[in-house]
Amino acid sequence: MSQLAEKKNFFRKEKTWREKMEALIPGFLLLCGLLSVLTTVGIVFTLIKETASFFAEVPFVDFITGTKWTALFSEDQREFGILPLLIGSLQITLGAAVVAVPLGIGSAIYLSEYAPERIRRVIKPVLEVLAGIPTIVFGYFGVTFVTPLLRDFFPDMDFFNALSASIVVGIMILPMIASLSEDAMRSVPRNIREAAYGLGSTRLEVSLKVVLPAALSGIVASFVLALSRAVGETMAVTIIAGSTPSMSFSYLESIQTMTAFMVQASTGDISYHSLPYYSIYAVGATLFVITLTMNLLALYISRRYKEEY
Amino acid sequence: MNPTAISVKNLDLYYGEKQALKNIHVDIDERSVTALIGPSGCGKSTFLRTLNRMNDLIPNVRIEGQILIKDTDIYSDEVDVEMLRKRVGMVFQAPNPFPKSIYENVAYGPRIHGLNDKKKLDEIVERSLRGAALWDEVKDRLKDRATGLSGGQQQRLCIARALAVEPDILLMDEPTSALDPISTLKVEELVQELKKNYTIVIVTHNMQQAARISDKTAFFLNGDLIEYNDTDKLFSNPDHQQTEEYITGRFG
Repeated sequence: MSQLAEKKNFFRKEKTWREKMEALIPGFLLLCGLLSVLTTVGIVFTLIKETASFFAEVPFVDFITGTKWTALFSEDQREFGILPLLIGSLQITLGAAVVAVPLGIGSAIYLSEYAPERIRRVIKPVLEVLAGIPTIVFGYFGVTFVTPLLRDFFPDMDFFNALSASIVVGIMILPMIASLSEDAMRSVPRNIREAAYGLGSTRLEVSLKVVLPAALSGIVASFVLALSRAVGETMAVTIIAGSTPSMSFSYLESIQTMTAFMVQASTGDISYHSLPYYSIYAVGATLFVITLTMNLLALYISRRYKEEY
Repeated sequence: MNPTAISVKNLDLYYGEKQALKNIHVDIDERSVTALIGPSGCGKSTFLRTLNRMNDLIPNVRIEGQILIKDTDIYSDEVDVEMLRKRVGMVFQAPNPFPKSIYENVAYGPRIHGLNDKKKLDEIVERSLRGAALWDEVKDRLKDRATGLSGGQQQRLCIARALAVEPDILLMDEPTSALDPISTLKVEELVQELKKNYTIVIVTHNMQQAARISDKTAFFLNGDLIEYNDTDKLFSNPDHQQTEEYITGRFG
């Protein structure tokens, strides 16, 4: 007897087990996706809630314009001016940019326009492995190698200093710039390069005058993304740059970044729901706003200025 | 009878082990249109690209034999490839304008060859665009993106861009294969106009096109140059059996 004949009603309402499973699957998969969205919402919510508690006690204007950050001092000496931490983070980001932007773009041009396929196939994965090294390893690399090396040139430099941290963070974000910029340059169609060669361009002219401008939106977006990562970089700067909030903008002295403060505070013995505790969230919220803005900016640049070939 | 612009002798070309061009001999006349025809993969585009050394960009290409332009073997060591490509311009199969303005597309060539004088650049841009029969259509929007032009306009822009460096020879690799019939007609008329001043070598898939616009035609098959003849003769009374079979549509 055939299966079809076995069924009493062909247009039946009741569903088989398989069909029921099939109906449930999209809901389950949606949950998986929602989980990360909900986590993000939860994080932002916590951040806002605890930050609000902070600003209930410290005026926003004092926080954003104050030049002294002594959040972990005894109660009568506490000051919550975030500028020294902002300057610290800015210093590291600028320093890292000075290291990573030229080197990154140089690597990208080499890989995209000059390197024989054989060499590219080796270098690109190596670059990407560099991006996968845990940041704390970079931290110890900075303290045990870069800092002593730099102190040969600057004997008066503090052991914990912004220069060494900037260089190490620069090395950390270099693969990101190199790899993303190279992707952007390689997506410039071959026939545009041929047109340039056909007019008698040298390889350098093709790279700098045709491919680079054509890939500019992707390249700039890679800078912004990488620098956003430099702003948020935590372990390496905590270990290398020290924990001295400073307005001096000196690269040879110990400084403190926003992230390094958060590490310092959360590993200390501050009490739950105290003002220093809330200050972690205030700094975290500031950091979040900065990196979010930069990521959105990167997205905007790469969409708005995308080339149609 | 025009003097010879390009003289090709014993030309062999290999992609790795595979021979793509076999012992080619051709003399191309100055200020004429030479069409290269043949089925896909016959070597006609490869041959075209040997004339300005575009094949240098592909790894594992080996070339033997001689190509003489103005009595100089363009594959000899003392030849500056960039200068060669300035003298021997190229227009490609699909329009490939730079993602820059119309003006900047045309000015790019003169600029890289050292011209920065704004007034002279303006002159060259206008002359080149007129030469490519595009000036009237774009003169009011030279600052607009070239990628916003229609396909036919883009291809004429690419011709203008090639003219701007003042080449002697213009290589065209199926320049109308991506264009509609009206744009194709415009490019064909343009080729007729350009041959007064330039030597033109054009690869085409379209035999009617070759018959319409060229003075001489070369028929390639599997890397061999089967027949090189006056266009009228080649299409009406070819010397070779294989040419006859190809032009009457028996293969290809």
